[in-house]
Amino acid sequence: MKISIDGLHKAFENRIRLGIMSVLAVNDMLDFNSLKDFFDITDGKLASNIKALEKEGFINVKKSFIGKKPNTRYYMSKKGKKAFDDHLKALEQLLKSQK
Amino acid sequence: MQISIPFINFEMQSTFIMNEKPDYARDITEIRSMMERSTKFLSLSGLAGIMAGIYALAGAFVSYQVLDFNPDKLAEGNTETDGALWKIVGVAVVVLVLALGTAIYLSWKKAVKSGEKFYNATTRRVISAMLAPLVTGGVLMLALFTKGLTGLMAPCSLIFYGLALYNTSKFTYDEVKSMGLIEIALGLISTYFVGLGLLCWALGFGVVHIIYGIYLHYKYER
Repeated sequence: MKISIDGLHKAFENRIRLGIMSVLAVNDMLDFNSLKDFFDITDGKLASNIKALEKEGFINVKKSFIGKKPNTRYYMSKKGKKAFDDHLKALEQLLKSQK
Repeated sequence: MQISIPFINFEMQSTFIMNEKPDYARDITEIRSMMERSTKFLSLSGLAGIMAGIYALAGAFVSYQVLDFNPDKLAEGNTETDGALWKIVGVAVVVLVLALGTAIYLSWKKAVKSGEKFYNATTRRVISAMLAPLVTGGVLMLALFTKGLTGLMAPCSLIFYGLALYNTSKFTYDEVKSMGLIEIALGLISTYFVGLGLLCWALGFGVVHIIYGIYLHYKYER
């Protein structure tokens, strides 16, 4: 059986990163704590995965202040949206060919 | 259907470990589950609906049998029922507090059981979607009450509760949408046939809650 890996992005091999992208695909903008509610992992682990996606250019950061407290919110970039959609399409394609 | 999916060992189960067949189906399932969990409030408890329905039926029964309340006119003609009217308001408030308390408690318990945070981004969304119609309806009912338009209070509560459910349905189970529409319809019917007000109220807040509660309980909580 020939498995094509076209379109499957390396950044999404990690399930937490895939999870973060899934959540951000359907939510406009989320801050760190809201994001953390959906994962059962430590702050550090979530932060490092966010950093990795940020580096890739898939998510953007918006920093602001709520009163005096800094508030960081994350949202999906256009590049990230395209990569995620391509990844989904590739997954579906692969699933079809497996049957 | 159980929605909760354990996300522990998330990383270790990476699908792309060499010499293991990648499980694309699981990837898709997990993506879908994450999207659903992060946009929908799924801790809603069917049991809470059943309890709310029972409180409402009890409240309607007390109002009708004990306090002899069944307005058939839009406006209160005389003032001698003023004292009784306050008792009705008291009954309504007790029903509301009991129903809300049970709903919050059971939803919280369900969230804890499935390992989720009760108060998260989706909960906030549900609350804000409910609040606008409910507060509008509440203030309007207050105005109706002070103007003596007591016959319109039951229809109003049904209409605005229905609007709140309809508005919230996109953030929770789809069934809530049709439930909202039924409440709105009952409210509109009783606006026209004022004499049916209490009956429609008992149907809307009592029977509809119990039926949907049982349905949701069996569909989503096994």
